[in-house]
Amino acid sequence: MEKVAIIGVGYTKYAQNSPLTFAEMVFEATTKALEDAGITRDEVDNVVSVSSDFWDGRTISSMAISDASGAYGKDITTVEGDGTFGALYGMMRILSGSFGVSIVCAHHKGTESNMNGITNCAFDPLVERKLGLDAVSSAALQARRYMSKYGLLEEQFALVSVKNHGNAKKNPIALLPMDITVEDVMNSRKVADPLKVLDCSPVTDGACTLILAAERQAKKLTTNKKRVWMKGVGHCSDAFRLGDRDLADMRALKKAAKRAYEMAGISDPLKEIDFAEVYDAFSYMEPLWLEGLGICDDGKGCEYLERGWFNADGKFPVNVSGGRLSANPVQSAGLYAMAEAVLQLRGEAGERQLDGVETALVHGINGMCGQSHCVWVLGR
Amino acid sequence: MSDWKDDVEILVHEGKISVPYSWTVGSTLSRFYCELRDNGKIWANRCPSCGTTFVPPKIKCINCYEEPHDWVELPGTGTVETYTVVRYEEPSMHPRKAPFVYGVIKMDGADTGIVHFIGDVDPEQVKVGMRVEAVLEDEREGNILDIRHFRPLA
Repeated sequence: MEKVAIIGVGYTKYAQNSPLTFAEMVFEATTKALEDAGITRDEVDNVVSVSSDFWDGRTISSMAISDASGAYGKDITTVEGDGTFGALYGMMRILSGSFGVSIVCAHHKGTESNMNGITNCAFDPLVERKLGLDAVSSAALQARRYMSKYGLLEEQFALVSVKNHGNAKKNPIALLPMDITVEDVMNSRKVADPLKVLDCSPVTDGACTLILAAERQAKKLTTNKKRVWMKGVGHCSDAFRLGDRDLADMRALKKAAKRAYEMAGISDPLKEIDFAEVYDAFSYMEPLWLEGLGICDDGKGCEYLERGWFNADGKFPVNVSGGRLSANPVQSAGLYAMAEAVLQLRGEAGERQLDGVETALVHGINGMCGQSHCVWVLGR
Repeated sequence: MSDWKDDVEILVHEGKISVPYSWTVGSTLSRFYCELRDNGKIWANRCPSCGTTFVPPKIKCINCYEEPHDWVELPGTGTVETYTVVRYEEPSMHPRKAPFVYGVIKMDGADTGIVHFIGDVDPEQVKVGMRVEAVLEDEREGNILDIRHFRPLA
């Protein structure tokens, strides 16, 4: 199978109440990504946009950014979900043989609307929506289930928030770089038990763009240093209704990870992968997903977190960028995570650069409580 | 020379989208809600292939895609699998004032959980594993709120 590379990345600085329209944000991110790749839009022949009509407040919102994303005169198509799924679609369009260099752009202006109201609309209007559930309250149900299944403590989840907000201090675009303690998290305002404010990611604005190219074009258009290969990808979804799943069972993620690792030729992810950007919109999610990703055994994520495995200087650094806890532009977050992995692999991550990293794991979710997962292995 | 953009007043246009919908409930959930509304009963359906019993009922088994055509009446009792005490207000969205409790309840006789309110109890006293029973509204309209909440079994 032909290889596909990420040859350019661009993004806006994370913001709240950004004065830019979402189209202006897409334009900025895409312009930067094209500059990063060292190409012009003439060399691109299609665009995959990632957005949410509900969050944008208009339907068919990819049409609203077609000019801003450089798609004028080209093909544009849309993924509604996390950016990691948009990158998957972009790669598939290239591998279909129908398209060459592809732009994948994602935008999210969370501060223009009401997060709870919009995520409530993700639930079935015939059943759970009437109860008023949203992303936060459903995550709280999952966090409690995870705690009771494995005997975990809120203080252990708090440590994720401490670590990731601390990591954000070295990320110049982060929204919430903070020196905080477990006590600070525990004493922060209760939102939906067991989640406190500092267990939850901030509402954020941000756009991110990746430029993808098949091997032949990637080698023609860019230097070796710019190219990061999409070595493996896997995706898998679970039941829609929360009650139809065991919220602490990682069966969908395990399948997605297995497919990604097989494609990348990885048999022992902990040994063969150097670091990860894992979906952490809520603190408890990081250890839970790390278990599903096979980085540690079921129920052991918090124990290894406490031992420092996932610290920036640990055995397996996780969310060195600061993660979603430090900035979470929902649809774009997965592309930002992939862009972070690209910078790390190129050795361009500045103050937070990890030593000698060659292979990265990036994970995104779609749907409530990780109904669907997308797992990427990226490498030099 | 300063950029004109540094001085411009950025305007914000307020808006709201309000579009009515009429969602069909479909035959499977309609049967569930009609039983709830008319007879005050909670029914589940069971997959003939793997035996999984769903509440609320499903059109197809999520494991084997067989039609779960065996219908079973549930006794209305169950166990709290997980819960959360919601402490923020969203008046247009929440049917009740915070603090209130959501739970996933494993109903006796069913294999899946039902998400609902847990009430008639101090939120701080709710526990995983607590035994509960469904309390129905007196006036029922054929939707999920016909179940008022689940309360601790005496």
